[in-house]
Amino acid sequence: MKHRYLKNVSTLKLNTEKCTGCARCTEVCPHQVFALTSGRAEIKDKDACMECGACASNCPFQAIEVKPGVGCAAAIILGWLTGTEPTCGCSDGSNSGCCG
Amino acid sequence: MENNCCCGGIEPSASDLITEYNQADHWVEGEIQTPAGRVPRVSTQLTFTDTRGAWKARWGINRMNYSIPPGLYAVGNPDKDSFVLVTANYKMTFDSLRKELSGLHVWILVLDTKGVNVWCAAGKGTFGTKELVTRISKTRLSRVVSHRTLILPQLGAPGIAAHEVLKHAGFKVIYGPIRAKDLKEFIHSGLKATAEMRKVRFTTYDRLVLTPIELTATFKVSLMIFAMLFLLNLIGIGPFGIIDFYAYMGALFTGCVLTPVLLPWIPGRAFAWKGWLLGLLWAIVVNILNGWPGIPSYSIIRALGYVLILPSVSASFAMNFTGASTYTSLSGVLKEMKIAVPAIAVSISLGIILILVNSFIVF
Repeated sequence: MKHRYLKNVSTLKLNTEKCTGCARCTEVCPHQVFALTSGRAEIKDKDACMECGACASNCPFQAIEVKPGVGCAAAIILGWLTGTEPTCGCSDGSNSGCCG
Repeated sequence: MENNCCCGGIEPSASDLITEYNQADHWVEGEIQTPAGRVPRVSTQLTFTDTRGAWKARWGINRMNYSIPPGLYAVGNPDKDSFVLVTANYKMTFDSLRKELSGLHVWILVLDTKGVNVWCAAGKGTFGTKELVTRISKTRLSRVVSHRTLILPQLGAPGIAAHEVLKHAGFKVIYGPIRAKDLKEFIHSGLKATAEMRKVRFTTYDRLVLTPIELTATFKVSLMIFAMLFLLNLIGIGPFGIIDFYAYMGALFTGCVLTPVLLPWIPGRAFAWKGWLLGLLWAIVVNILNGWPGIPSYSIIRALGYVLILPSVSASFAMNFTGASTYTSLSGVLKEMKIAVPAIAVSISLGIILILVNSFIVF
């Protein structure tokens, strides 16, 4: 059974002008958000994007933009409490559910 | 003393150890000699100690210290042409990799991810370009192998900029499959990953093994709640008893175990909503167990209190599972929390007021 999360929330943006069709994004994306059509990448399933940032950091031509982050409620609460960006507290000894 | 510093020190010799490992570690089975130094060789068989270690980590015991020394390791009898696989230094990650490598002759480059798995470490940046470049130089990898290719797990990609690694270390990054068990097929098919190998899954089993840590993580908050109810009882305004105890434990189990396991089959998309829905069923069960609607053993006010509290308890624990899932985005979780957190807070507060009011009116 396929998991689907909330619609129309992802911050993912692709600038096809800059794309050279190297296909790195299709390789690194764990949710098959990208497809290569006529030699260029296109976003075919934006709602499957989990904003991990793999595509953007591995695009040699800076054609992809996304605000990467952890989709983790505990991390967000921790961020609210400490006034910082949501980061996973797992390695700091807090036993939040993430990073199993 | 030996000086391993690059600046003007003594050049490391072939008799030096590249990776400082613990001699007592049962999974190291000897060393092999390379032109750049000696490298520990690891077994591809997991023993009882490894399985027990993984089980303990799943239950949160010693989970934050379950790591191995970063560095270069050998599997089989690798030489200068053998593949280099890159991984994290979380022991469970390392074990799940080496157990898939029987019969292969490869190098494993273990990055210092502070004992965190590849995907989470990539998200934090500890499984990252900088650490990879540093580790390549620290392990004198360019003298161990003559080729310039690294195989990284695909889920390490969020922390890595492959083109930067090439620029700074001279090594080309190839992203391998997500799961270690696909590695042999990937290698045998000439480093080609199928679409299936590139797809992250979240099977019922994947979700089930994550539930123990969800449960153990709630011990502290549950103990605090029990202590508070006990205090309220003590000073005479708390009517809390055995029904409240099992009602809460059931709601906790619903949020931490049932919702994660049944996740894709529960209608809706937001985790808090899914947890709330199952929690509502549990609240109804609790009321039926206590005689509703026929011969109720408590008033409608208290029954309503449970309907307000229990689903909200389940919802908050279910929402916490977003962090363990493989498909939730930060923007999505933020959106769901903006609605869920205030709704949960209001609902639980109203519920507690109802139950307290009830105890004053009835008796």
